[in-house]
Amino acid sequence: MANPVIESPRSGRVAPEYTRRGSSKGNFEMLAWLFMRVSGIILVVLIFVHLWTSLIDGEGIKGVDFGFVAGKWADPVWQIWDLVMLWLAMLHGTNGVRTIINDYAEKDSTRFWLKSVLYASTVVIIVLGTLVIFTFDPCPVIDGVAHVAPYCPAL
Amino acid sequence: MPKTPAGTLYRGREGMWSWVAHRITGVVIFFFLLVHVLDTSLVRVSPEAYDAVIAAYKNPIMGLGELGLVGAIVFHAFNGLRVILIDFWKKGPKYQRQLLWSVIGLWFVTMVAFSIRHLSVVFGG
Repeated sequence: MANPVIESPRSGRVAPEYTRRGSSKGNFEMLAWLFMRVSGIILVVLIFVHLWTSLIDGEGIKGVDFGFVAGKWADPVWQIWDLVMLWLAMLHGTNGVRTIINDYAEKDSTRFWLKSVLYASTVVIIVLGTLVIFTFDPCPVIDGVAHVAPYCPAL
Repeated sequence: MPKTPAGTLYRGREGMWSWVAHRITGVVIFFFLLVHVLDTSLVRVSPEAYDAVIAAYKNPIMGLGELGLVGAIVFHAFNGLRVILIDFWKKGPKYQRQLLWSVIGLWFVTMVAFSIRHLSVVFGG
């Protein structure tokens, strides 16, 4: 007597929605999870030093004005510092808010619109901030009037 | 599917409440960051425009707001390091409660020191 052939219950019959591979998402979520941890450690250093220079050192918040910014960005180290801080903080924050939207917005359309607004804001803020750091002029001439400061050439 | 679950998986205590606080402080910091990049961008409008808006950060009410903001940032930073320890340190999950109390202790010490400095700047002559 020949043994009956019993087909494996799952072979070739896994519906697409139950397969674990083949999704276009790849390992994006794992990379996002890892990014939060790596950027988080770097941001602790970048932001604590930022808070020290702006709120504790010198005259604290009362010492912050246009000249303070000009003095800082005269040094390329602070330009790069602020640039990296801007990009990492915005991407870290955007991914955090993306997670929160995914958790609490139940309708597909609500999630879509909230995330559209989020990503648009992120692009605007990152582009604006980056342009401000690299086009900053410590001695601007506005409507023909030159800014007067000890570090600006007298006209 | 019913909208309201019959029971809840939320366990409360240190684990859940630190997660809630991490979310709330994260959102607060994110919205401040958006405003902060915009106010800093005024350096490209004019020195006077920047100085006028930054002057608002120096009044006593905003000074207290800065204290709250720094409190949120310091908690989010220390608790974020705790989350990393829970994820990557072998004994992290076992000691997550003790780690949270360490976070709260360090937060308290940091905030006492910062409050003395910042409030004396804001309210001092």
